[in-house]
Amino acid sequence: VSARSRDLLGLALAGAIGLAAAVALPRLLELSALLDVTVYLIMSILALSLALVWGYGGILCFGQSAFFGLGAYAYAIAVFNIGDSTLPAALAIVLPAAFAALLGYFMFYGRISDVYLGVITLTVTLILFNSVNSTAGPEYRIGTAPLGGFNGIPAIPPLNLPGDPQAALGLDDLFYLAIVLLMATYFGLRWLLASRFGRVMVAIRENEQRAEFLGYDSRLYKLATFTIGGGLAGLAGCLFANWGAFVSPTIFGLGQSAQIIIWVIVGGRGTLIGPVVGCILIQWLTAYLGSGQLAQSGGLTQLKASLSRMLGPAVGDAFSSVLGIVDLSNTSLVLGAVLLAFVLLVPKGIVPTLLDVVRRPARAGLRAAGDVGHGKPRRAA
Amino acid sequence: MDLVLVLAIQALYAIASLALISIGLAVIFGMMRVINLAHGEFLMLGGYSAIVATRHGINLWVAMLVVAPLVVGAIGLVVERTLIRFLYGRMIDTMLATWGLSLFLIGLVTGIFGNTTVGISAPLGGMAIGNYRTSIYGLVVIAITALLLAAIWLMLRYTRLGLFARGTMQNPNMAAALGLSPSKVHAVTFGAGAALSGLAGALLAPVSGVFPTIGVAYIAKAFITVIGGGAAILSGTVAASALFGVVQEISTFLTTPVFGVVITLAAAVVLIRLLPQGITGRFFKRGL
Repeated sequence: VSARSRDLLGLALAGAIGLAAAVALPRLLELSALLDVTVYLIMSILALSLALVWGYGGILCFGQSAFFGLGAYAYAIAVFNIGDSTLPAALAIVLPAAFAALLGYFMFYGRISDVYLGVITLTVTLILFNSVNSTAGPEYRIGTAPLGGFNGIPAIPPLNLPGDPQAALGLDDLFYLAIVLLMATYFGLRWLLASRFGRVMVAIRENEQRAEFLGYDSRLYKLATFTIGGGLAGLAGCLFANWGAFVSPTIFGLGQSAQIIIWVIVGGRGTLIGPVVGCILIQWLTAYLGSGQLAQSGGLTQLKASLSRMLGPAVGDAFSSVLGIVDLSNTSLVLGAVLLAFVLLVPKGIVPTLLDVVRRPARAGLRAAGDVGHGKPRRAA
Repeated sequence: MDLVLVLAIQALYAIASLALISIGLAVIFGMMRVINLAHGEFLMLGGYSAIVATRHGINLWVAMLVVAPLVVGAIGLVVERTLIRFLYGRMIDTMLATWGLSLFLIGLVTGIFGNTTVGISAPLGGMAIGNYRTSIYGLVVIAITALLLAAIWLMLRYTRLGLFARGTMQNPNMAAALGLSPSKVHAVTFGAGAALSGLAGALLAPVSGVFPTIGVAYIAKAFITVIGGGAAILSGTVAASALFGVVQEISTFLTTPVFGVVITLAAAVVLIRLLPQGITGRFFKRGL
């Protein structure tokens, strides 16, 4: 199968899955479950924004949540002031993109190295978190919207049809909007990556110096990538503010930033479908562990019993005393362990690793025929 | 006159606490080029070690100055052997792995001690300067920080171990050719950095209390100090602490403590843009 037809097959498959989900899920799920799925979809857009910036642009941004939070806050504040949601929704994309452009100009045109870039984005996120968190008093307001500080902003009006504030979106409408926007983001990014711009972006990730020698201004390309990523994160933020009708400063927090990075690293850098898979998987996992269903299902007791049987009662006792300390419903413990495990053991992420397994027989066949093997092994695309 | 003295002590304390929370990170980053995002959690563990030790009847000073560095240093050694050493030369992966470690430690400590603030009261009480009062403990923290920095300088400059550490830092291959084991030197350096962090966390515990996520409050300040300081470990940390400590005191005085921190962080971002190599990349180049 040629690479091109495999690409088309992948696109068709992604489209089919998206359409099937859009048609089937509202019919199969109760409203509360549909709401859970909606937030997975919204976060998937956020995951895609970092998939672009980090996975393809090679820019490790530790503060993607800054743009997510800015989008959510921009929407909330503007919609309170304006009423009709069209302009606020646009602002929720433009403002984070503009902020990303400003920050990106500062970093890329200053030619700051990767590591410092990580620290600066982390610091900026903390600056935003600290500032917004401390604006609880009634004197902090923009127009008619109080900022609310650590209390957040409750009762945010939902999106409405352009020009008609009465025609507000219901909860199931938000699901359709989220899935349409997720698919639009996915296909839009596929198009971007196939374009000349996307090729140059990946070339810069692979070897920035060589790309510059070929005449491409890497600073400009990185800046554009970073700005698009900021706008996408803002879009996700706008949808998220709609989803819960509530924003609080924790969406600027380090925990949120860590989650986005974990989605991308678990799913796989350098793919788009991977971060979406990683995002849905991790969110489902934390929700499942957080709800305590694992303890209720008795799976742990069974595990302890079988451990005692196989390895002796001492091991079983040790297992339960570890469980006494290690609270599996604790999100940061689980996320930290997942991040550690993936960096050390599966650094490429789930999707690229699976693809390698699928493709390996073909490559092994080639190697046996003596077709491959001049010097270094080829890098996986 | 009294007011000036009190303000000067406050500024000195701000500088000392910045240097204190950063020095462990500076040693690890400067010597090994490893960005340890779990640094804040090492500080947090230092605080918990001191508090648990005092609750078991150990003298507060022993707990802070001996127990906490030993415990956190040991944890650092374990972390280096089981985690960091697989990732040398892969800076981004190290950052990610240590971030994972940071989350993991927060989760673990929350599971053990609960999500509440525990504290020990600051010893030694207060002291009057004219019409103002100041805490004697703050002065002790300043003194200990100065002693600590002097001790690190003496060790790096005049002892055999310091020579090994500096040699390995400059050229690990050459150090290995001369019969040193860079892997051992790295392990010891990481352990020493962790021990310094433990000491810092313990010393600050009576002032700020300890809770599982306290590391987040420290981490940004520590990073901007180390990166703002640049390549020279000691003079960089001192210079950046002095700069940011003064900025923080002035902006806190003019606004609120929260915005003081915000302004300091923003100033640091601007500084890194202007001096990407840090202060010691431009000034005090011959410092250690």
